[in-house]
Amino acid sequence: MSEPGSFTGAQLIWESLLREGVDTVFGYPGGAILPTYDAMTGYTIRHVLVRHEQSAVHMADGFARASGRVGVVVATSGPGATNLVTGLATAMLDSTPLVAITGQVGSALLGTDAFQEVDITGITIPVTKHNYLVTRAEDIVPAIREAFAVARSGRPGPVLVDITKDAQQARASLDWEAAAPQRHLRHIPPTPKPADLARALDLIRQAKRPVILAGHGIQLSGARAEVIALAERADIPFALTLLGLGAVPATHPLSLGMMGMHGEAWVNRAIQEADLLLAFGMRFDDRVTGKLKDYAPHAKKIHIDIDASELNKNVSVDVAIAADLGAVLRALLPEVPVADRSAWLSTIREWRGDSAVRDIKNLPDDGHLYAAHVMHDLWRLTKGEAVVVTDVGQHQMWEAQYYKHDGERSLVTSGGAGTMGFALPAAIGAKLARPEAEVWVVAGDGGFQMTFAELMTAVQEGVKVNIAIINNGYLGMVRQWQALFYEGRYAATPILSPDFVKLAEAFGIPGQRVERRGELAAAVAKAREAQGAALIEFKVEQEDSVYPMVPAGAALHEMIRRPSALAETGSDPV
Amino acid sequence: MAHVLVVYTDDEPGVLTRVASLIRRRGFNIHSLTVGPTERAGLSRMTIVVDAEAPTVRQAVEHLRKLVNVLAVEQLGDRPMVVRDLVLVRVAANPEVRSEVLQLAQVFRANVVDIAEDSVVIECTGSLAKIDALVDSMRPFGILELGRTGAVAMARGTRTPAPSRAPVPLRTGTGPEAMSV
Repeated sequence: MSEPGSFTGAQLIWESLLREGVDTVFGYPGGAILPTYDAMTGYTIRHVLVRHEQSAVHMADGFARASGRVGVVVATSGPGATNLVTGLATAMLDSTPLVAITGQVGSALLGTDAFQEVDITGITIPVTKHNYLVTRAEDIVPAIREAFAVARSGRPGPVLVDITKDAQQARASLDWEAAAPQRHLRHIPPTPKPADLARALDLIRQAKRPVILAGHGIQLSGARAEVIALAERADIPFALTLLGLGAVPATHPLSLGMMGMHGEAWVNRAIQEADLLLAFGMRFDDRVTGKLKDYAPHAKKIHIDIDASELNKNVSVDVAIAADLGAVLRALLPEVPVADRSAWLSTIREWRGDSAVRDIKNLPDDGHLYAAHVMHDLWRLTKGEAVVVTDVGQHQMWEAQYYKHDGERSLVTSGGAGTMGFALPAAIGAKLARPEAEVWVVAGDGGFQMTFAELMTAVQEGVKVNIAIINNGYLGMVRQWQALFYEGRYAATPILSPDFVKLAEAFGIPGQRVERRGELAAAVAKAREAQGAALIEFKVEQEDSVYPMVPAGAALHEMIRRPSALAETGSDPV
Repeated sequence: MAHVLVVYTDDEPGVLTRVASLIRRRGFNIHSLTVGPTERAGLSRMTIVVDAEAPTVRQAVEHLRKLVNVLAVEQLGDRPMVVRDLVLVRVAANPEVRSEVLQLAQVFRANVVDIAEDSVVIECTGSLAKIDALVDSMRPFGILELGRTGAVAMARGTRTPAPSRAPVPLRTGTGPEAMSV
C-alpha cells in the first residue's frame, strides 16, 4: 500500500487503467472530468480525441472486437455521458467488453440538477452489465478493478464508472491487492453436468442430418480450434450467424455460410431439414430463426452458451448447457465418434443448385456497378485478409455474403443493435488495436454521414483506414422494405450526399470515385498505397436489393430468392 | 400462476432500482416485492411474487442471477414454505356495527390497533389467502383505507438459506444512504 493520501483520485484512475493493461483510451474532455484529464499528462496512455462521444464508444468497441481486449472510454458528465448511451447499447447487445469512465458533478451537488448533471448510472442500467457511482477517492480503485473484471468475465459487456469531481480531486492511497474484485465470481456458471454431456453425445451419435450453428461466442470463448475439430471429426457442416463470421473459416469445406434473414437459401434449408442443431455461442435471435413456430421442426437441439438466460429463451432445446463453450467442447471432443456424413453433405450441395448461377457476382459485367461486385472484388484484392468494419444496412449484408472471412476477429459489425454510424469510428479503434492489419470501412451513404466527422480523428491520430462508401442514394435497406412491404412508397429514404471526393479532400484525405467495375481494382490499389486514410466512393446500382431474404415473421424456408433476371433489368423487379 | 422468488442482494444503494428495472424491461409481471435486512450485515433479502408461467419465471431467475449485486436466487415453488403478508385496514365502524367488526376480526386473529369514532384500524398477518378473506369479510362495512406489505416467504424445514459465498459489498456511493436499497 502506498503512503496515505499519496495519489489524487484522478491519478488513481490512470494508475488503475495502467495496471489493467490499458494503453489507449478514447474520449472527450469537459468540466466534470477535467481533473482526470489534467492528471493524464503524467501517464503514457494514449488518448484519442474524438469528435463526438458516441464515436468514442464505437472506437473502444472496435478496439475490443478486433483484439479481444477491454476498450476504454472517457467522457464528461451530462451530455458527454448521455452521448455514450447508443454506443453502450451497441456493445451490450453484441457482448463487447468495455469500461466507460465518466466525470460527475461534485457529490454535494448530486441530485440538485446542477450544470451538466445527469443521472447517468440510472440511465445506463439497462445498457450496461453493471455501473458504479463513485463519490470518494478511496473507492475509485476497487470500482475500476471490479469494472474490468465484470466487463471481461462470463458473457462480456460494457460497464460504466461515474466518478464525482470531488472524488477525482481528493487524495487517497493506492492498495491494488486489497482492491481485488470478487463479486464477478458470483455468477461463474457451474461445470456442465455429466448427464447433459452424455445426452449431447447421444444426440450427436444418432444424428443423420446435423448442423452446427456457429455464433459470436466461439470468438469470445476462444473455441475456434475446438469447433473445427468437432466439425471435422463428426463431419458436421456449420452455418454462421452474422457475428459468427470469421469465428470459423468461411472457406473451410464444412462451412455453409451465413444463416438467417439474408443467409443463402441452401443454408436455411439445411437448418430447416436438419435432425440435430448444435448451437454454439449464439442466441437464436429473430434475425436467424424467422418464425419461431416453424423453426427447424425436425431437429433435436443442443445449446451451449455461457449465458444461462439465453437457454430456452426463444427456442426450447433438448440439451441446454450454460458454460464456457471451449471447456464443454474439450470435454466432449474425445468422446465424439468419428463419422462420415457425406450423404447429408451432398444433399446440401444439391440444394445449392442454381444458386451459383443466380449469384450476382458471377454475372457478366454489363456496365452496372453492384455492391456485390465491390464486396467480391474487395475480398479477392485483399486476399480475404483485411479486417472489415461495416456499418448497418444493405452493404452490411452484401459484405457478409460476399467477403469470405477466414480469420478470427476479421469482421467488426453492429449486429444486435444495428447501429448506423458505427463503421468509421469502430474501424479507427480496430486499427489502433491491430496496427499491422489492413482495415477497411464498408459503409453506406446514409450511415457514413452520421459519424464522418471522425475522419478528422483518423487524420489527427494518423490512423490508416481505407474507406469504401457504397453510395446508392437511398437509405437502401429501408427502401428495400418499402419496395417489398410498403408498396414502393419511398418515404424519407432518398438521401443526398455531399461530394465525397471533395469531402475527403477537405479532411486532407485522398478521395476517389468509382462508377464502373473496371475502375475498381486500380482505385483499391491506390487507396491501399496511400500513407494515411483513403476514401473511395462507389456509385452503385440505386434500387438493388439484398437477396435472398426471409421476410420478417416468415419461416426460414419461405425465402424471396434472388431473381435471375436481375442483371438484365438492372433494377429491382418488385 | 404465482411463483415465489427469494433474492439475496448486497445492501447497497440502487440495488432495488436494478432489480425493478430488469423486471420492467423483461416484461415480468410482479404481484409483490418486499425487501429488508437479514441476519447478516450487508445482505438484503427480497421476496418477489411473480405472476407468470414457469418458463417465464425461469427466465426471470436467470436474468436476476446475472446482476452483480445478486448473490443468490431461490425459487420456493417446489418445497413447503411459509408465506406471510401483513395488512392494515381501516374499516367504517360506527358504534352500531363496531362489535360485529371486532368479532369478525377476532375470527381472523387480527388485532385492532386503532379505534376512532366511526372507524377501526385492523392489523392482520397471515397467508395471502387469509388476508384476502379478511379483507373480503370487511368489505360490506366499507373499507376506508387499506395497505399491504406484500409477501415475505421462507422455506420450511432445516436448511441454510443464506448464500454460500459471503457478500463482498463494494464501498461505492457510501454515505448516510448506504443502508437504503
